[in-house]
Amino acid sequence: MRYHRPTSFADASAIAAGATGTLRFLAGGTDVLVQMRAGMVQPDDLIDLKHIPGVDQITRTPDGGWRIGVAVPGIVLGAHEGLVRDWPGVVEGMNLVGSTQVQGRATLAGNLCNGSPAADSVPGMVAAGAVATVTGPKGSREIPVGQVPAGPGRTTLAKGEVISAITLPPRGKNGGDAYLRFIPRTEMDIAVVGCAVNLRLDGDRIVEARIALGAVAPTVILSEAAAMAIIGTTLDDAALAALAKAAEAAAKPISDKRGTAEFRTEVVGVLARRAAKIAYDRAKGLEA
Amino acid sequence: MSKIHVTTTVNGDRMEFLAEPRETLLDALRNHLDLTGTKEGCGTGDCGACSVTVDGTLVCSCLMLAAEANGKRVETIEGMAGADLHPLQRKFIEHAALQCGFCTPGILVAAKALLERNPDPTDTEVRYWLAGNLCRCTGYDKIIRAVQDAAAEMRQDHRGAA
Repeated sequence: MRYHRPTSFADASAIAAGATGTLRFLAGGTDVLVQMRAGMVQPDDLIDLKHIPGVDQITRTPDGGWRIGVAVPGIVLGAHEGLVRDWPGVVEGMNLVGSTQVQGRATLAGNLCNGSPAADSVPGMVAAGAVATVTGPKGSREIPVGQVPAGPGRTTLAKGEVISAITLPPRGKNGGDAYLRFIPRTEMDIAVVGCAVNLRLDGDRIVEARIALGAVAPTVILSEAAAMAIIGTTLDDAALAALAKAAEAAAKPISDKRGTAEFRTEVVGVLARRAAKIAYDRAKGLEA
Repeated sequence: MSKIHVTTTVNGDRMEFLAEPRETLLDALRNHLDLTGTKEGCGTGDCGACSVTVDGTLVCSCLMLAAEANGKRVETIEGMAGADLHPLQRKFIEHAALQCGFCTPGILVAAKALLERNPDPTDTEVRYWLAGNLCRCTGYDKIIRAVQDAAAEMRQDHRGAA
């Protein structure tokens, strides 16, 4: 295995484009090293992205969003007051990944590119409208985060392409987001179902909403029907019931060792209702 | 396959070794530097027995390549005691917070990292912080009690010093 330490994304992309065997990018490594140890993946080339300037930085964008470097670990996201104030749902999703030790290494970009349908940070990013900057041999392009996963363990990135940053949009006024997952214990487990809600209020009324469902399909689902169920409402009981129904209808889960399709379908409705209430309260400034 | 020259600081001492590209920090600590206090439990980041800090951040040394430690400051269980045992080490003995002891180095390193960030944690905060450190002997209660007793003593000492 060749271990590369490029100092620019252009160089990283060039190494990847020229690689002929199995290739992996290394950010936090909390998935890649496990796969290497298990023998699932034996890279011929491993490209460590952590020597590229800026990858460990969280910076304000000119329009008031946040640009997050691909090597920023969960523990740094959780300690960043401005980011937590703007996007608590995104941060709480990432902070659910693994243990304290894993949080010391694991990254948003890695969680995204690992391609797990149950990735805890992905619904929050999709609901927030996060954008991935993809650098490849022909330069950089920006795509919605939700377009990166292609299915379990697969991404839509082409040969030579690498995610070079993740950008969250400006929070703006009267907005709130939240992420909840179901696991049969309290910590150190993989989501059976996850749900992120991001919304904006005008007074008491919801005027914008984005709702993302995790672990109920091969890739994260951004459900327009679920969003429409609460837009224009004050999140009253009728709206919550319509939201749950829409989330259940959008889910296309499988049955596996973590839960049956029927269970997942029911739980996604429950989580959607609860996450919407938290996001609503956060938008009202009622809960930190 | 060419080896990678790694220079790192371990428990305050500058160390150099040659690592295979695939070699983990855990294997380098144990096999090149003879620091066998750091244990391999699962090798997949689930059990925390290999916990160390790297530039002050708690990590699983099995989930990091040795080459990634180049230029970093690594702290292991061997660096915990000075002339006397660290309060956490003493309290683990007093409270019998271990039986077989295999998980203990990782739990001590993790608990020390917690108390540096949060000198007065609740039991719940201790339990969540240590959720990635598995102990198959004690049932955890004695571990939580030992950490809280050590934290109380360290707060007392800190006030005494101030």
